[in-house]
Amino acid sequence: MSDIILEMKNITKDFSGVKALNNVNLKVKKGEIHALCGENGAGKSTLMKVLSGVYPFGEYTGDIIYNGEVCEFKSISGSEQKGVVIIHQELALIPYLSIKENIFLGNEQSKKGIIDWNLTEKKASNLLKTVGLAVSPNTLVTQLGVGQQQLVEIAKAFSKDVQLLILDEPTAALNEEDSKNLLELMKEFKKQGITSIIISHKLNEITEVADNVTIIRDGKSIETLTNEQIDENRIIKGMVGRDLTNRYPDRKPDIGQKIFEVKNWTVHHPIDTKRKVNDNIDFYINAGEIVGIAGLMGAGRTEFAMSLFGKSYGHGISGQIIKDGKEIKINNVSDAIKNRIAYLSEDRKNYGLNLLQDIKENITIASLSKIAAQGVIDKEKEIIEAEKYRDNMRIKTKDIYQNVASLSGGNQQKVVLGKWLMSEPDILFLDEPTRGIDVGAKFEIYSIIEQMAREGKAICIISSELPEILGMCDRIYTMNEGRFTGNITKNEATQENLMKLMTAEEAMI
Amino acid sequence: MEQLGDKKLEIKGNTREKKTIKDIVLDILSKYSMIFILIAILIAFQLLTDGILWRPLNITNLILQNSHILVLAVGMLLVILLGDVDLSVGSVVAFVGASSAVMMVQWQWPPFVAIIVSLLIGGLIGAWNGFWISYIGIPAFIVTLAGLLSFRGLTQVILGGTTLAPFPVAFTKLSSGYIPDFFGEGGLHITSILIGLLLSLLAVWNMWKVRKRKKDNLFEVESVVWFATKVAIMFVAIMLLTFVLASYQGYPVILILVAVLVMIYGFLTTKTTIGRQVYATGGNRKAAELSGVKTKKLTFWIFVNMGVMAALSGLLVASRLNAATPNAGNGFELDAIAAVYIGGASASGGIGTILGAVIGGLIMGILNNGMSIMGVGIDWQQAIKGLILLLAVAFDIYSRKRKAT
Repeated sequence: MSDIILEMKNITKDFSGVKALNNVNLKVKKGEIHALCGENGAGKSTLMKVLSGVYPFGEYTGDIIYNGEVCEFKSISGSEQKGVVIIHQELALIPYLSIKENIFLGNEQSKKGIIDWNLTEKKASNLLKTVGLAVSPNTLVTQLGVGQQQLVEIAKAFSKDVQLLILDEPTAALNEEDSKNLLELMKEFKKQGITSIIISHKLNEITEVADNVTIIRDGKSIETLTNEQIDENRIIKGMVGRDLTNRYPDRKPDIGQKIFEVKNWTVHHPIDTKRKVNDNIDFYINAGEIVGIAGLMGAGRTEFAMSLFGKSYGHGISGQIIKDGKEIKINNVSDAIKNRIAYLSEDRKNYGLNLLQDIKENITIASLSKIAAQGVIDKEKEIIEAEKYRDNMRIKTKDIYQNVASLSGGNQQKVVLGKWLMSEPDILFLDEPTRGIDVGAKFEIYSIIEQMAREGKAICIISSELPEILGMCDRIYTMNEGRFTGNITKNEATQENLMKLMTAEEAMI
Repeated sequence: MEQLGDKKLEIKGNTREKKTIKDIVLDILSKYSMIFILIAILIAFQLLTDGILWRPLNITNLILQNSHILVLAVGMLLVILLGDVDLSVGSVVAFVGASSAVMMVQWQWPPFVAIIVSLLIGGLIGAWNGFWISYIGIPAFIVTLAGLLSFRGLTQVILGGTTLAPFPVAFTKLSSGYIPDFFGEGGLHITSILIGLLLSLLAVWNMWKVRKRKKDNLFEVESVVWFATKVAIMFVAIMLLTFVLASYQGYPVILILVAVLVMIYGFLTTKTTIGRQVYATGGNRKAAELSGVKTKKLTFWIFVNMGVMAALSGLLVASRLNAATPNAGNGFELDAIAAVYIGGASASGGIGTILGAVIGGLIMGILNNGMSIMGVGIDWQQAIKGLILLLAVAFDIYSRKRKAT
């Protein structure tokens, strides 16, 4: 095996005691397309950041052997000099600069500090030809679609004599056609002898382009599948293969009547207004039921919940919302709250809490009318209410006057849960309710959720963690590319068939 | 892990009870830092001016000369709490002063009608700013910078570059009138003393009532000693000011006006849902929106309010100068903003109090007044005020950091 371009040996990387990568090994052959697969948080992106010098030498242990020599990259530019270029999930282009300026950003074609614009333009248009992008290099990046921006990123990579191209979820934000073009382009590069590593959740794409697939699970490299072994079921089995221990509260569901229903829900992207983020979704939930929405990142789950919650996301929203048998109109968040709908955001710090205020003020903000008369807040009543929810949510603090910024993730999440419980909702959408929370606190959050369902509330959990979905939910919707692809009961669901549904192109109900 | 966190909390709680005297003093100092700075400045200038500062005439002048800044600072606090700023208020002061002069001096309208119309004009200007800021989404800095230029220009258009004067006598009473003394025997102004006594007793009674209700509902209350100290300090402060004013002409009308405004807005910010929503929006706009706060509507109305306050300030200035001039209110926006920052507000929103803004305004006013008495030139006054602004905010940040650790 002399044609190995890259070998990563026993890579270990920890974040303040938590091992994100644990003795990971990866071998990539020259000129191949190598795929990295794993669940969210398995460590794929971390591994690529180690390789590209985002986490410099010294912050990890293990060896990177590239082109036969051990490399110690101290920064991104260090790895780029050797021809290793990474294109991140979030594009790093500057919107109000032109394509040519972006391509040569930090690598300006200049003599004695003066930029040679003619040379820049010539080189840029050649690069654009290579990646098959037929626009002028003087176009501003902001005028391009996401797919075209991705191509500009790749052109930028090529301006640096790339030998090893790393693409982190390159098609996550692209529509079908753009994705197809990108995959074709990767095959074209392969012919030219360029090696690529692709991280993707879309297994159909991986089976189409990858020569070898390395599977990472819980920060460990599990196995490498070679060409003839690659098939979606095989990959899923490798990605999942984990035992479910008893990490969830006992649940004896007592499911009542249908209380909430959504029909033909369609939502467009707020900027790219032609793109459908949610496409004709039908959804219902019963009182006392816990329903999950499983899907990969970018499937449109958060967008679904937020667009329902007072049109907090999206453009050109259409569809029907029916609550307790009657059609209702929800135009803003306070309408949603009045109709007893709550939405707990996946982004606790930016969308959930006011970090300048204390626990009490964060709990009561969505229900001020309950503690006020004629617009004047009854402070005593506020304290009594806040104390009640601190108790119910088991928020562990000295008092309710503590600033929420100083709380642990678990306690912060309980404050947000308390806020929404105080609004007395019938339906709660919980978006990644345990993200960034310790294992111990997770169980408590699950218990609170279970208890809310027992009290007759309808709960919809959106989660990227399949074990969580399987452990908590009575019924599970799967979602892919803005559409619901499945609706199965807890008994029918396994990680394997969920994963299959989550990556399915069409509804497979 | 959570368990461990709990233990840590307990330990922290324990150490908190065993505070040293130094800690207690530092805590009080940082909690009431602005009040202490105000007192320090009062004492310093009392000494530096050989006692002129606290003379009844001077204290009265101090109030008459600074009320317009306090009115602006109260409105500005709400704007800054939202994380915005209003640069146009100085020009609005001039514009409203000019319009009121046209109404009263040229058209001979009765002052009462002209005042109402002027306040409406202020509200409309605020609505204009608020519309562009909250519904079109242009940053407040830019919209109000445009306002700063436009309304200054329009003022000159209205006045034709000249000064309009004099106003009807009744109108000038707005800024230079006093509460009449019903026991007119000369010497001490008895009515004012009675009003002061009544006010301070009302305040004490209110504090006692709040404490009692808390106690009845089994909430924790501060110790009797600390409560008594607070009550005593407040009582003494109000009565001291009353006596000083009473030995000149008594309470100025404008002091009552400003006091009422401060009370209303203090109540609004601390006790009402609107106030809570302003703090929530300034602290995290997106989270507030997702909690059902109508942030656009709120922003719009806060700017309308700012417009009305700027108009009121403009009337006060015109009334005191007894003239409308094209240059009235020049730089007032910066004075108001400085007062709010000195009073402990955060430039990014979500932090600040009405009391702080008022104290900030008073500190600025006393600096002006004290330095003028000392004969310090305007040039040096500016430089020193700038430095004080910087130091006050630096001290505030320092004490906040100390509290956080």
